[in-house]
Amino acid sequence: MYSAIHNPKLELPTLRIAPSKGWVPLKLRDLWEYRELLYFLIWRDIKVRYKQTALGATWAIIQPFFTMVVFSIFFGHLAKVPSDGIPYPLFSFAALVPWTFFANGLSQSSNSLVGSGTLITKVYFPRLIIPLASVFSGIVDFVLAFLVLLGMMVYYGLFPTTINVLWLPLFLLLALTTSLGVGLWLSALNVEYRDVRYIVPFVTQFWMLATPIGYPSSLLQQPWRTLYGLNPMVGVAEGFRWALLGTNTAPGPIIAVSSAAAVLILVTGAFYFRRMEKTFADLV
Amino acid sequence: MSKTAIKVEGLSKRYRIGAQQRAYRTLREKLNETAMAPFRAMKSLTNGNGNGNGHKSKSETFWALKDISFEVKPGEAVGIIGRNGAGKSTLLKILSRITEPTEGYADINGRIASLLEVGTGFHPELSGRENIFLNGSILGMKRVEIRKKFDEMVAFAEIEKFIDTPVKHYSSGMYVRLAFAVAAHLDPEILLIDEVLAVGDAEFQKKCLGKMGDVAKEGRTVLFVSHNMVAIENLCDRGLLLRDGQVSYAGGVEECVAAYMDSGIMSHEGDVDLTAHPTRRSEALPLLQRVRLLDKDDNVKDRFYCGEPLKIEFTFEPVVNLRSPQFGIGVDDWTGSRIFSLTTYFSDSELPSLERACRVSCQIDELPLAPGRYNMSFSVGNAHNPLIDALDNAISFDVDSVDYYGNGRSPEASYGRILVRSRWESNQL
Repeated sequence: MYSAIHNPKLELPTLRIAPSKGWVPLKLRDLWEYRELLYFLIWRDIKVRYKQTALGATWAIIQPFFTMVVFSIFFGHLAKVPSDGIPYPLFSFAALVPWTFFANGLSQSSNSLVGSGTLITKVYFPRLIIPLASVFSGIVDFVLAFLVLLGMMVYYGLFPTTINVLWLPLFLLLALTTSLGVGLWLSALNVEYRDVRYIVPFVTQFWMLATPIGYPSSLLQQPWRTLYGLNPMVGVAEGFRWALLGTNTAPGPIIAVSSAAAVLILVTGAFYFRRMEKTFADLV
Repeated sequence: MSKTAIKVEGLSKRYRIGAQQRAYRTLREKLNETAMAPFRAMKSLTNGNGNGNGHKSKSETFWALKDISFEVKPGEAVGIIGRNGAGKSTLLKILSRITEPTEGYADINGRIASLLEVGTGFHPELSGRENIFLNGSILGMKRVEIRKKFDEMVAFAEIEKFIDTPVKHYSSGMYVRLAFAVAAHLDPEILLIDEVLAVGDAEFQKKCLGKMGDVAKEGRTVLFVSHNMVAIENLCDRGLLLRDGQVSYAGGVEECVAAYMDSGIMSHEGDVDLTAHPTRRSEALPLLQRVRLLDKDDNVKDRFYCGEPLKIEFTFEPVVNLRSPQFGIGVDDWTGSRIFSLTTYFSDSELPSLERACRVSCQIDELPLAPGRYNMSFSVGNAHNPLIDALDNAISFDVDSVDYYGNGRSPEASYGRILVRSRWESNQL
C-alpha cells in the first residue's frame, strides 16, 4: 500500500512503500495520472486485433449478425416468440449489439491480468488499467455493429421518432459498467484460481439466456418484470429497444434497478480488485 | 541536501513456496489430476485455498528479504550484488512497487523509474514507431515527452530505416537496441536497473554502459543490480552485498565486490535438490533427483578455477524404465548463450539401462571457461524422446581467473568465454 506523506520542503511528496492491510482505497487520482497509458493500451488492443485477423473489422459484425440470423430462424420464425410488434430480426439485433459488447468486454477483461503477466511483474502502474483497457477496446467493435443496426433500421423503415434516443449513451454506459464490474471480479479471481478461465464462457452463455435478447421482457408480469432488472443487462437490452425502436416496455423502473445493480457490481468489483492487487505480481 | 533519496527500514518479504510449482510425479497421476481438475477447482474455491494441488500442498514459506535497512543519498550510484536468490531482484521489485513488502517500509523522495527488463510490453505486430510510444508510456513517460525525444531514440537505436516495420521482422540486435533506446531516455531522479544491460552486442553494450554512466554523473540516484562486477565497479560508488535476504556488507564498492568474491567458499549452491525444481519443464518427469558439482577431491563447490577438473554428478531415480539412456548437459553464459554441450551421444558413452536409483556422473578434465558466471541445463531421455526430463538453468557456478596458460598471465572475461591453448610460429618466406 502506497500512501503519500506530504513534505513541504520538497516538491514531490515522500512515497511510502509499506505493507497494506485488508481493504484499500481505490486511488482514482493515481489512475488519472496514468490515463495516457490507458489510452495506449486501448489503442494497442484495437490495432493488434484488426492487424492479426484475416477478416479484420468484419469479425465485429459477423458475431452478432449470425446470432441474429439463427435467433430469427429458430425463435422468431419457428417458435413464434413475440417481439413487441417489431420485426423479429431487428428486435433481436437491437439487443445483440450491446450484448456482444458486454460479453466480449467481460471475457477479454477476465483474462486480461493473466495475459499481461510480463507487464505486471516488470513495471508498476495502477493495475485497474488492464481490465479497463480490455473493456474500452471493445468500443470500436460496438460502433461497427451499431452501424449495421442502423442499416437494418433503414431497411425495415423504422426510425426512432422520439427523443428517447438521447438516452442511448446512458444504456451503453450501463453495459460498460456491468462488463467492467464483472470483469474486475473475474480477472482478480482468475489470477489466483486459473479455473475461472473455464467458467467465463459458461457464465456468458447462461447470462445470455437470462437476458431478454431473443424474447421480450414483457412476457413477465409486474412486479417480476421490474425485479428482472436486477440483471443489469435486462435494462440495457430493453433500454436499447425502447430508445431506438420505440417499444412501449416503459423501462423506467427496470433501468433504475439495473443501474443500481450495475453500480453495486462495479464498486464491489473495484474494491475486491484493489484488495487482491498486492498478490498479482507474485501469483500471475 | 541532507534528505535521503531512498530510505529502507526493516524491509522484509515472505514468499510461499510451492504456491505455483506443480511437480507432476507420473503421467498416470497427471492424467488423474487433469481429470479431477474441475472438482479440485470447486473445492479450492469453496475452501478458499488457492493452491488447488491436493497431495502436495505444503505451504512452506521463506523470507526472500529479511530486515533490510539502508539509505541512499541523492546522486549516489549503488551497486547491489549477491548470488542468485540472495534477494536482489525482490528488493528492486519492492522499491519499484511491483510487489508489496511483508514487513517494514521504504521512503522514496523523487520521481522514480525502474528498468527490470527492456522492451516490456513490446508487441511484435506493431511497428518500431508504435512500440516506442507504447513502451515509453508503460515506463511512465508522457506522450509529449516521448514525441520530443523520439528522433533521439531512433538515432540511438540506429534503426532509422526500419522505424515503420513491425518489430517481428527485426533482428534480435535491432529489437534490443530499440528497447534500450527507449529505456535510456527515461528521465527520472531515481533509477532502478536490473541486469538489463546484459543484452546486445559488445559495442552496443559499451554504448549503454556509457549512457548509464552519464546518468550517474548527472547527479541522478541509481540502484544497479548486476552480476557483472566490472560494470558495478565502473558505475557505482557504493555497494550493497545481499546474502540469503540480508545485508551482508554495505560500503565502498571495491570492498563490497571483494567481500562477494570471498563469499563463494563453503557454499552449498554446488549441490542442488532437483526433485521439485522450478526450472523443470512442464511436461518433464523428475528422473534427476539431485546434482552436485565436485572438484578433483570430490568436494562440493560452486566456484572453480579456469582449467580445474570438474565433475557433474546426478542422483537418478528411474520413474520410468529407461533403456539406453542419453544424458545432456548444456553450459550457458550469463547472457544465455550456449557455450558448449556435453552429451553421451557425442562422446560415444553408452550407459547401461538404468532400472534402479543410481549415480551418473560426467567428468571434465579441464574446464575451458573464462572467468564469469555460467548456468547449466540438463536433459535425460532416449533416442525417441531426448527430453523425458529437462531442466533449464538448474544450477549456476562461477569461474575465477587463474594462471591457466602457466605463464603468470591471467585471462579476463573480455577475451571471450572459452580458453583455448594454441601454438604460434613463424616461418621465413
